[in-house]
Amino acid sequence: MPGAHAVSTFVERFAAAVDAHSQELTELDSAIGDADHGINLQRGMRAAVERLPENGAPPAAILKAVASALISKTGGASGPLYGTAFLRASQAVAGCDVLEPRDVARMFRAALDGIHERGKAEPGDKTMVDAFTPAVDALEAGVARGDDLRTALSAAAEAASAGSDATIPLVARKGRASYLGERSREHRDPGSRSAALLFAAAAEALAE
Amino acid sequence: MKKLINLVDAIVDEAGDGLAAAHPDLVRYQRDPRVVYRAGSPIRGKTALVSGGGSGHEPLHGGFVGLGMLNAACPGEVFTSPVPDQMESAARLVDGGAGILFIVKNYTGDVMNFDLAAELLRADDIAVSTVLVADDVAVKDSLYTAGRRGVGATVFVEKIAGAAAERGASLAEVERIAQKVAAEGRSMGMALTSCTVPAKGSPTFELGATEIEIGIGIHGEPGRERTALREAREIVETLVRASADDLELRRGERVIVMTNGMGGTPLLELYVAHRDVDRMLRDRGIQVAGALVGNYITSLDMQGCSVTLLRVDDELLDLWHAPVHTPALRWGV
Repeated sequence: MPGAHAVSTFVERFAAAVDAHSQELTELDSAIGDADHGINLQRGMRAAVERLPENGAPPAAILKAVASALISKTGGASGPLYGTAFLRASQAVAGCDVLEPRDVARMFRAALDGIHERGKAEPGDKTMVDAFTPAVDALEAGVARGDDLRTALSAAAEAASAGSDATIPLVARKGRASYLGERSREHRDPGSRSAALLFAAAAEALAE
Repeated sequence: MKKLINLVDAIVDEAGDGLAAAHPDLVRYQRDPRVVYRAGSPIRGKTALVSGGGSGHEPLHGGFVGLGMLNAACPGEVFTSPVPDQMESAARLVDGGAGILFIVKNYTGDVMNFDLAAELLRADDIAVSTVLVADDVAVKDSLYTAGRRGVGATVFVEKIAGAAAERGASLAEVERIAQKVAAEGRSMGMALTSCTVPAKGSPTFELGATEIEIGIGIHGEPGRERTALREAREIVETLVRASADDLELRRGERVIVMTNGMGGTPLLELYVAHRDVDRMLRDRGIQVAGALVGNYITSLDMQGCSVTLLRVDDELLDLWHAPVHTPALRWGV
């Protein structure tokens, strides 16, 4: 079962993936947004890694530190959205030292609910919700079937990636890309790409 | 890309320091969290106006801090909304006990970050109201978009609501006036060239040598259409008509107009454009009761212009003419 160490590793892997893909995220964003997604999330996640609590802190404290770093350092829409996601994730696992598969599923569902409340986006609006929603659905389905975490999280990561691919033909209805109307078609939503990176990092780090 | 930069990550702070160094009688700059605030803050009993947004639109917002306008401005990273810590700190620096009005341009990130800050301040019993500026007629205002973008009318909201606050109006009254200005202002812009975000180093979008973008956003967001370069008068006509029609301006009504540069446009060209703006409005029987020509809400080094029309009555016109003394706007003092 993943504990504090695995949760810290998850945060570090996500930060490393954002670093590695920062240019790509910014390029996706310059096509249909304002060319800052990679730069912003990189700054926020670097701050999050710097603020990771010392050994001994429970998963909830780690996730809360990430939330506060993201809210205070990221800016843009991704700061409040990812910040709220980590804050809700933290609340969902309060009191847990190790995370059972159902705790992991509950944690990601709470994160998605937080994103939904903050950003008001629905599936199909061409946002991060389009990667997050199928990923959480796949994770919950796997856990309900009794799959081990490795299997359930791999399925979630694949679903997130497919969900991001599925944003390409969509017309954006939220965020700056919505100003483009029809012209937002045939572009991948940058937030859906970063959300896919998040689930890939979770599949690597939390499946130990 | 060639830019006057020391360290790309330091441009916001170094510009803030420079603004304060140039106008020590008017503003102070706090680096952490980033806030430009009025010298002599807080002012006891005065409703405080706080705005902010991504950097790259100078002089908006820091250049409009001072007498008769903003009490504080929160500069974000380039084209990135500020974070809640900044607005919370700004509000505490300038709170005179009469409440805070947030002036927020309608962008997803700005709205969420100002909302978070307002929640935090209200939890501490500080009265906060928010006015959202959404005047860009290039964007269809519908359920299928994030709504119209906040652009040029922001300058008018800050000036006119700021004048009301300076005269001692309550938070509710300042908010009413700010909402009225926001409701009566419309803008549309165009680009001759892209802007270049310093941290990215290459143009945000590509425009051919003889192409222009009509309806451009102040972050380089594409607009209504990409067309061939035309004479200034034709371009201006498109911009003026879009706003005038949306406002349903009628003969005999009065407006204040702003012919605004996007940052890289020579003033010579802006005055050419303004001549046509002025003539076109007079031809429609509209009275031009006031005008601003220059760089007031920019998009880094973009070449192009925007035109903002504000329908005014006696109340708004009186507040428009009231004294103002800020780094970027000054009259009557």
